[in-house]
Amino acid sequence: MAEPETPKAVPVARSDRSPWNWLLLIPIVLPVLTPLFNHDSPRLWGFPAFYWLQFLFILVGVATTSLVYQMTKKR
Amino acid sequence: MSDHITEIIVFSFLFLLVSGMGFVAARWRRPDNMEHLDEWGLGGRSFGGWITWFLVGGDLYTAYTFVAVPALIFGAGAAGFFAVPYTIVIYPLFFLILIRLWSVSHRHGFVTPADFVRTRFDSPTLALLVAITGIVATMPYIALQLVGIEAVLKTMGVTGESAIARHLPIIIAFAILAAYTYQSGLRAPALIAFVKDTLIYIVILVAVIYLPYKLGGWGSIFDAAEAKFTASPAPNDGITLNANNQIQYITLALGSALALFLYPHSITGVLASKNRNVIKRNMSALPAYSFLLGLLALLGYAAIASGVKPITDPATGKVDSNTVVPLLFDMQFPSWFAGVAFAAIGIGALVPAAIMSIAAANLFTRNIYKEYLRKDASPAQEARVSKVTSLVVKVGAVACIVFLDPQFSIDLQLIGGIIILQTAPSVALGLFTRWLHRGGLIAGWAVGMGLSMWMLWQIPNPATGRAHFGGSAFPLSDFGFDTPRTIYVGFVTVILNLLVAAVVTLVLRAMKTPDGVDGTTQDDYFADEGDPRVDKDVAAAVDHKSST
Repeated sequence: MAEPETPKAVPVARSDRSPWNWLLLIPIVLPVLTPLFNHDSPRLWGFPAFYWLQFLFILVGVATTSLVYQMTKKR
Repeated sequence: MSDHITEIIVFSFLFLLVSGMGFVAARWRRPDNMEHLDEWGLGGRSFGGWITWFLVGGDLYTAYTFVAVPALIFGAGAAGFFAVPYTIVIYPLFFLILIRLWSVSHRHGFVTPADFVRTRFDSPTLALLVAITGIVATMPYIALQLVGIEAVLKTMGVTGESAIARHLPIIIAFAILAAYTYQSGLRAPALIAFVKDTLIYIVILVAVIYLPYKLGGWGSIFDAAEAKFTASPAPNDGITLNANNQIQYITLALGSALALFLYPHSITGVLASKNRNVIKRNMSALPAYSFLLGLLALLGYAAIASGVKPITDPATGKVDSNTVVPLLFDMQFPSWFAGVAFAAIGIGALVPAAIMSIAAANLFTRNIYKEYLRKDASPAQEARVSKVTSLVVKVGAVACIVFLDPQFSIDLQLIGGIIILQTAPSVALGLFTRWLHRGGLIAGWAVGMGLSMWMLWQIPNPATGRAHFGGSAFPLSDFGFDTPRTIYVGFVTVILNLLVAAVVTLVLRAMKTPDGVDGTTQDDYFADEGDPRVDKDVAAAVDHKSST
């Protein structure tokens, strides 16, 4: 009967907290900065910069979520 | 019609093949007891990485998306490319949100987002509002999948004189869909999604390599598009954005991204996965579909370069811009491959339509039927009610298309994305904090909804000559700002929603209004596969399954 008032103490509090999570901000902010990519040149395989850069951002997103997953994986 | 006979044969063959799979799906990964909402409505909460990838991919990137986004690019240029930043932002944005939602739903046996809100905020009223918002936002989305199929049928020349004859193929398609969804539940779209997505990937890969080869390379495709937009009198088109539509582009991308995983059908797909890692891994794998969508969007420019003229509906005299991509395939591909492409779009409509009707049915069952009509409903009764409701939902969707102007569904879907955003403070923020008072959340929802309706009412569409509900780009000058710039309605209204919720929360706290009891604990948000469940029925069912 030591501490009857404590609400269901959990042995080890689980958490999703990790500094790696901050990386997730990169692919959220990057596609929003239109002045960065709203140009026709330089073209790549005929694609204006506006298009190929945004395709590139998809890869940035994949890289980021994969990295965060690997780094925050338990066990 | 005879010009399209090969296309029609290929299309019908693939469509029937997939329908057969839909019925067989009931036996796929068969559970001991199908008479449970977890089985019918969530596929037993057992899907691994691959199934989830196909299922959620087929769910989020719908047939309507695949015809409407290129149509937008065809008409307006760069502004239509918002679909790409939109689908980039979603995954990092929801990475941490969805795993919490999965965990708390796993622990408590939640089937819908409204179930969570009910327990978290101890408020059946707030849960009802979330459920109704979800149903209202989903219904027109189902109807729009029919618009996707119709665009394909029109291109193949399958039309008729009377309203019924014109819509007969769709009515048949949806009757088949309704039958196998009734029978197999979420397992049907999960199994069909494999075929649908494989077809779509093949078609797009061929299209993005073969079409530029025929049309002189991507460079000349973009040049042709630029020439068209330079010649057109519209102020905001072009192959890049201009000073006036950049804010709209950004806020539309962000707002749509926030809305997508609040839709009940997206949440259904997520909750059907078997553990947290499946979700996390899919946040890296699903962007493959974004790549696909981006390439598909650019086919709108390929259509410009090859001189596609969208079909004019003989009955209404309106130009149907959604026929742009089907027409492009019809013009440029040999007819058997055009048939495959059309089947990909047609089947592409069935997967999301099935999941959406299941999600809407689950909302009705859990948050209206069980909450208000029959409090002691057993899991088997829940499953039965959901199955019947899914039929009703589909009949409603078909009726919307047959008896109303399809434009009405398009308007409603536009509104749908904006109203579903109004559930963000309760559902998404609610997963992290219970600081907002349930009364504040209700007030915020009401104000957000009201302002959304007013703003949408104000927006005219000069292209179609309508005075109201003409789009989601609100001119900032209507707020009194001296600028020609526009902003996405949902973005403004969800911020106001939050502000109102916060202010009312402070007032209610000061008045010491009761805040209800939080039915969840801190640890619930980190539960994973194998952790005990709170719900006794579910726990018993799982124990039984694992012991056999």
